[in-house]
Amino acid sequence: MKLYVYGDNVDTDVIIPARYLNAPDAKSLASHCMEDIDANFASTVEAGDIIVAGSNFGCGSSREHAPLAIKSCGVKCVIAKSFARIFYRNAINIGFPIMECPEAVDGIAPGDKVSVDFTTGVITDETSGKTWQAEPFPEFVNGIIENGGLLKALKARGVAK
Amino acid sequence: MGMTMTQKILARAAGLERVEPGQLIEGKLDLVLGNDITTPVAITEFNKAELSTVFDKDKIAIVLDHSTPCKDIKSAQLCAVCRDFAKQYDITHFYDVGQMGVEHALLPEKGLTAPGEVIIGADSHTCTYGALGAFSTGVGSTDMAAGMATGLAWFKVPQAIKVTLTGKPGPYVSGKDVVLHLIGEIGVDGALYQSLEFCGDGVAALEMDDRFTICNMAIEAGAKNGIFPVDDKTLAYLKGRVDREFTAFQADEDAVYSREVVIDLSALRPTVAFPHLPSNTKTVDEAAGTPIQQVVIGSCTNGRLKDLQEAAAILRGKKVAQGVRCIVIPATQQIYLDAMEEGLIADFISAGCAVSTPTCGPCLGGHMGVLSDNEWAISTTNRNFVGRMGPVSSMIILASPAVAAASAITGVVTDPAKV
Ligand code: SF4
Repeated sequence: MKLYVYGDNVDTDVIIPARYLNAPDAKSLASHCMEDIDANFASTVEAGDIIVAGSNFGCGSSREHAPLAIKSCGVKCVIAKSFARIFYRNAINIGFPIMECPEAVDGIAPGDKVSVDFTTGVITDETSGKTWQAEPFPEFVNGIIENGGLLKALKARGVAK
Repeated sequence: MGMTMTQKILARAAGLERVEPGQLIEGKLDLVLGNDITTPVAITEFNKAELSTVFDKDKIAIVLDHSTPCKDIKSAQLCAVCRDFAKQYDITHFYDVGQMGVEHALLPEKGLTAPGEVIIGADSHTCTYGALGAFSTGVGSTDMAAGMATGLAWFKVPQAIKVTLTGKPGPYVSGKDVVLHLIGEIGVDGALYQSLEFCGDGVAALEMDDRFTICNMAIEAGAKNGIFPVDDKTLAYLKGRVDREFTAFQADEDAVYSREVVIDLSALRPTVAFPHLPSNTKTVDEAAGTPIQQVVIGSCTNGRLKDLQEAAAILRGKKVAQGVRCIVIPATQQIYLDAMEEGLIADFISAGCAVSTPTCGPCLGGHMGVLSDNEWAISTTNRNFVGRMGPVSSMIILASPAVAAASAITGVVTDPAKV
């Protein structure tokens, strides 16, 4: 696995620029992911890689295309100091794991090997041996992720028909 | 412990006596909104989940505004997906070319948003309707799909920042200057996960169009929503537009806020935001003289009648500078018509502006004014992120209609009092 490390306020316009929104299929979105901030991202990213970022990750437009683009690249999760709220709920609603943990973001060095455990919320830097505990999701949110997204969770509860 | 306006609205929507900040609730929705970019994704999710009914065909609004009139084949195909869905489910509030306007200007104008209501939209600037005392917030396409199917959405009850406005704004200071100043003070994540609740005697000095602009950009401070109390100006705006019953919630005296920000409106100067963040603010005095090649006056932030009146007052009888392109986009058909009847469109065209049918267009770098390499624009829109209006080397300065219009005449960022 590789790490991609970014700073604060990575906005949805750089995660997936508006000029690509009129082809909203997963493959097309993935091929332009992060293009305006990191031209090499889409060509080098592999399944299992992790994005580490500063605060307010995913700010800006409500486009669900943003977490979808990242998910479609095979990225395992995003660890950030904080997430913009629409990105946060979009990621949950599509069943893409994100972890909020400022200490981990400060402690992880670029190039380190990092592993994550979604059930416990523990982030491990295997290179340095350090571990951090991310904010665990509330039960309600866990229900959405465990069901594989919001719509499936609502169907499972019989609320959506 | 008392509740804020937002907490009271969410408590009622969830059928609860009271709610606490941080509590997760499921609330009943009064309106679910989507546009031509986000609705097709919602429809895909809706169909993938094999859903087959909408909760209320009168409480869904689909507005084709981002790439319309369609700029290319792909956007035409996305609009067709929306059109088919609207037809299949007999969606009452479907707005196509000819009726549509930029969604956040259109919905209040049509009376689809009222005080105390809970509104979600698959568009981040859905927070605009807080100007009317509604709880409204941006969500994603899956939320939109779930909202259309169930009439419900999950929310984390936000804490609130109290923004106390005092005094009266001076000449050429409008809602845009107030909100840019606020974002400059608290930062682009200054209100993350929180609501911005506006209050104070300064509220009365702001017109509805200013309040819409302010709530529109609440998201640019990371806020979940922005909200104004309901007063006589709100009621006057609602008259003739909303005939259903609504509730104007007031914050309790002892409501708890995470912090208070006080803004003396009389002390504000026209304010702009430099690339690449809305928090990168300067007063017009500090920014004056920066050359620009394009001016955009429009969008859900500043494409309303008052905005056009303020821009036209400056451009009337003057000419747009050589080498500057000035694009004016009334936000709705009604605003376009009103501007025409008031002679504003003639003022713009005589000054050398291009005036367009309502569309988001250049605001998101879609069409109708995309920038080229290294070009600078001054724009009344709400985001100046990297690549928002063109290539990554293009630059956007956010400003009020008055500052944008003054800058169009000189070709550099200009104080409207000086043209
Ligand atoms: S005008 Fe701009 S910010 Fe407003 S809805 Fe359209 S694209 Fe979004």
